[in-house]
Formats: sequence, C-alpha cells, structure tokens
Amino acid sequence: MSAPVPFDRSRRNALKCLAFGGAGTVFTLCAGVLTPMDLALAQATGADRSARAGLPLFVQISDTHIGFNKEANPDVAGTLTQTIALVNALPQKPGLILHTGDITHLSKAAEFDTAAQLLSQLKVTELHTTPGEHDVADASVSEYFNRYGKASQNRGYYSFDHHGVHFVSLINVLNFKPNGLGNLGQDQLEWLEKDLRGRSASTPVVVFAHMPLWTVYAPWGWGTADADQAMGYLTRFGSVTLLNGHIHQIVQKVEGNITFHTARSTAYPQPSPGNGPGPGPLKVASDELPRMLGVSNVTLKRHPNALTITDATLA
Amino acid sequence: VIAMKAKMTLFVLMLAAMTLCAHSETASRPETATISIHDFSFSPTSITVVVGTTVRWKNFDGEPHTIRSIDTSFRSDPLDQNDSFTFRFDKPGTYRYVCSIHPQMVGTIVVKAAN
Repeated sequence: MSAPVPFDRSRRNALKCLAFGGAGTVFTLCAGVLTPMDLALAQATGADRSARAGLPLFVQISDTHIGFNKEANPDVAGTLTQTIALVNALPQKPGLILHTGDITHLSKAAEFDTAAQLLSQLKVTELHTTPGEHDVADASVSEYFNRYGKASQNRGYYSFDHHGVHFVSLINVLNFKPNGLGNLGQDQLEWLEKDLRGRSASTPVVVFAHMPLWTVYAPWGWGTADADQAMGYLTRFGSVTLLNGHIHQIVQKVEGNITFHTARSTAYPQPSPGNGPGPGPLKVASDELPRMLGVSNVTLKRHPNALTITDATLA
Repeated sequence: VIAMKAKMTLFVLMLAAMTLCAHSETASRPETATISIHDFSFSPTSITVVVGTTVRWKNFDGEPHTIRSIDTSFRSDPLDQNDSFTFRFDKPGTYRYVCSIHPQMVGTIVVKAAN
C-alpha cells in the first residue's frame, strides 16, 4: 500500500511531512515552517532524530469516538490509550495537544468523562479542542460546552499564541443546512478577520477545525461551505497549516502557502469518498486494522521542488 | 450474513409498507407513522400525516443519526443502532428536518389539519 503522489509547492514552504495514522501527528517548528512528523520516527534516536530536529510544537489527535463499540473497533479506549502511550514516549515533549473533534461518539456525559480521564494521562497537559458533530449531537448541545466551552466563551472559536505561532480554533459543525456542508457562519468569519488583522504575514498560522476546510466530497458533506471566505483572510500569511479530522483518513493538498491536512482517527477508518452508502465506520479484518492505522510520509525532492507522499502501514 | 441482510431488508420493507398504510389513513385520523433510517437516508423521505400523529424514527444503521427540524421545533438526542425517537405533531405545517451528523440526510413531514 505504497503510492507516491507528487505535487508541487512553493520553495519557501517546503516541508517534510509525516502523518501518523492511528496515533496522532507531532508537529515541529523549523525556521517558521511547520513540519509534521510521525511519532514512530519522532522516537528515533541519533542521527535520524537530529536530522529532523526542531522545536516540538504540538501533537494532533482526532476522532477518538469514545463510546463507539461496534465491530470496526470494539476497543476505542484501548487504541486511544496506545496513542497516548506513544505521545508520552516522545523524547522531546511538544507543548500542546490539539484534539480536532469527535472526542465522543454520542455526546453522552459518560463518554466525555471517559475521554477526559484517558486524555488526562497525557504528559502534555495543555489540551486545545474543537468539537466534531458527534460532540454536539445531544439535543441541548450542552455536554461539550459544559466541559470545553470556557476557552471560547461558549462560542466555539478562539485563538492563542504559542512559540510565535498563532493558533486559531474554528467550529464548523453547528447549524447544518439540509444537504449542506459544514459552515462557519458570519459571526465567526467576522471574528476571524479581526483576529488576523494586523498580524505580521511572517507569523506562522495554524487553523484547526473538525470538518475539512475545503471540499473533499460534497455528497457526504465533507467540506465547509463558507471556507473560501476564511481562506481569503489567510492567503497573505507565509505559512498556513489547516488541520482537520472528520473523515478518518489522510487527505492533503497544498495551495500556495496553505497546507491542508486531515488526520486519521484513533478509533476506526472510514471509506474513501463515495465508496459505499455513506461515511460510516469501515469494518476491516482485525489483522488489517493496524494496517489502516499507517503512516503517510511526505518527502521533499528538489530540482525541481516537489513533495512525494508515500503511505506506509504499521503492520 | 446474507441471510441477516435479507431479513433486514424484509424488515425494512415491512416497515415501509406499514408506514404506507399509515400514510393512506392519515387523511382522516391521527396515526402513528414510522420512518426508518437505513443506509444514511430517511425512508420514506417525505410523508403527510394528520394533526395529532406521532411520528417515530428508528435507526437501523450502525452509525448514529439525529433528527433536527430546521425550525428547531423538534430535536432528538443521537440515535444509535436500533434507537428510536418519537414526536407528536400538534400543529399543521411543513416540517423539514436534517441529521445533524450527516446533513446530506434530509426529510419532510407535512402535517395536515384534521378533516
């Protein structure tokens, strides 16, 4: 399952990107360019590690779906625990964890409590979250905000700075319209424009939200209807990294200075776009599951500049 | 597995037939109508009922779904596999609803005044 996919990107944003399937992605900061690398390699020692040395910045965890118990993965708490162990074993601790949503499967209080108890075992204690639609599925839309609403005054969107990087957390899983995509809404877009205004274009920006901030597959709602307006505010920045979850598989693209990246789930895979009746859990043979939780390795080749993505599996 | 699928299909067809029966009677008196959720769609997608009818949604998918009316007059908690949600329609009107987890799933309930 190895398929190099070359694509062009500008020289100054050249990055080496490795996205770790089941166990999160660690991002390092090298000369203002964010460099995702996989956790297995992050644990490597010696020359290999020094070649990739940078400031460990954050780990992205996504789609933990605590409460899911069907055959695609009857033990999602177990796979999250494995993920946490990998993160804790990093020789250089990142400063932050970003959870890009679907913390729980059914927005139940007990699921949020279990997730919080598991996530509390992370040695990296600064956790930033954005909800997925599974986290705001309770009729009162209260369980998520009771626990994680403080950072955003219950609006769901907020920003902060860490090591000179500006982080923006957006929410695109509320107020779906029929047949619609995710949406940000006018209030949030106005806030975003103000939040970014006046910041230096050389500030690296990380934007994270649950649903993809570009249209991956409209018939399944895999996109954000008004994301283009947000992109308009971001294009002037020299380094923009957009991180999403939701689709339980890695999809990546680069447009100008903007890198789009979706993370895999720690819980279960989903079908590729349009494959089957809908975006539900993908049941694979149990010995295949670790292979679904593989790594994506993006390498830089020069002359001419091009990135090559290689998907490699764990098993 | 094939036998189970055949059974499930038969069950869904029976439910659909029951719903159609309810549908044909709705012009005169309140009934209970059932909408099955199967393969990421509401079946039937659109029904017409008389005021006072209780509509029941049942989810057969392994993936959870919700029932959210666009006008916010009814909202379910997530329905896991085999969970149901019921709502009694006491006001005539056209109610559009969506699954808040999968907004490509849409449905309509038309509620008519009693004769």
